[in-house]
Amino acid sequence: MSQRNDLAEYLLRLGDSALVTGQRLCEWCGRAPALEEELALMNVGLDLIGQARGWYDYAAELLDDGRNADALAFKREERDFRNLLIVEQPNGDYAITTLKLFFYDAWHLPTLEQLSESSDERIAGVAGKALKEARYHFKRSSEWVIRLGDGTDESHRRISDAVDRLWRYTIEMVNIDPLEQELAKTGLAADPAFVAEQWQARVAKVFEEATLKLPEPAVPFYLNGRQGLHTEHLGQLLAEMQFLPRAYPDATW
Amino acid sequence: MLPGDLIARESAFDERTAQDLPAAWDCLGQVMDPEVPVVSVVDLGMVRDVEWVDDHIRVKVSPTYSGCPATELIEQLIAEALMEAGFRNPQIERVLAPAWTTDWITEQGREHLRAYGIAPPAGSGKRALIDAETPVITCPHCGSQDTEVVSQFGSTACKALYRCRSCQEPFDYFKCI
Ligand SMILES: [Zn+2]
Repeated sequence: MSQRNDLAEYLLRLGDSALVTGQRLCEWCGRAPALEEELALMNVGLDLIGQARGWYDYAAELLDDGRNADALAFKREERDFRNLLIVEQPNGDYAITTLKLFFYDAWHLPTLEQLSESSDERIAGVAGKALKEARYHFKRSSEWVIRLGDGTDESHRRISDAVDRLWRYTIEMVNIDPLEQELAKTGLAADPAFVAEQWQARVAKVFEEATLKLPEPAVPFYLNGRQGLHTEHLGQLLAEMQFLPRAYPDATW
Repeated sequence: MLPGDLIARESAFDERTAQDLPAAWDCLGQVMDPEVPVVSVVDLGMVRDVEWVDDHIRVKVSPTYSGCPATELIEQLIAEALMEAGFRNPQIERVLAPAWTTDWITEQGREHLRAYGIAPPAGSGKRALIDAETPVITCPHCGSQDTEVVSQFGSTACKALYRCRSCQEPFDYFKCI
């Protein structure tokens, strides 16, 4: 594959993780446990969907096959999505939602820090903007992990259960993907080793404050979001998200 | 509209030239942010540049947040205001870098925010959440500095939710970014 294709692939990974996270957050609309939380989740979701659009717009230009950002979001199949496995997991209770977001934010922040200095101006532009937003996202989700972990017996039990349930998917935040490693060498992508190190440090620090036990590092298993090998949950999410533009292809606002 | 009117207006349009750029700035100073209708897009620092290119006006606009749903509307309002003022086919160019920051909000913009009941950003957007120190936010209702954050996310992407411990009123804070 050419570097142009590799870069488009990488942009889809960034865009898909942001979009799927945004879509999951929107599922809380009208159901969040408090008004302030509802507003926060919708704001974070909007930021991420806006960022996804930035990545898709650029990916569409590189792919140059007639598809635009909307087509990339709404007309691709499950197998073509490149998002991290953790973001497609169902929301569960508020502990699961919070922890999913925290694991993603702790990965997203160092990724954007590096991308805001990408050798590609376009990437640096989208990332530089997204980085400012992601700092607020990370601050919020880490405060919630601490609040739940160092809270009541029940909140501690719930967030601990969430750790047990989600931890295996964190392998994707710390493994070294060859394509990303190659792109990072030319200064285009975030260096996966740097991101992994940052992720581990941030998670360890917040877990300590949250009085949560840090599990042994996750190990690879048979699924891999970057290669389109997803859990069954992504298909269901896409079925809902893509329904309208697929059923009514000419629909406009 | 009568055909004669159309022709008369067309000829008026032709008179707009590069000399009219100051008038364009004045015109943009009247375009308000739909979500904070007391602050213009110029005072918000969203208008980065106004230039004359190929016999047309071109406005560079920097969106506030990546997912701000008002971005398209604001671009449309800018184009409409310029056309109303006689600029033909205004070109709107969206620029992401350097990223918009609350540091670009003018003094006048900050004053209008305060008068509207929104506490203007305090401190540097570039250092927001990097410095350990949290800025003191003044209550826009009573002027007290005894305030606390309720949530960093408010009714729109650009606002945080605060509470005043003196007058007990909740208020919006235009957060640093
Ligand atoms: Zn007050």
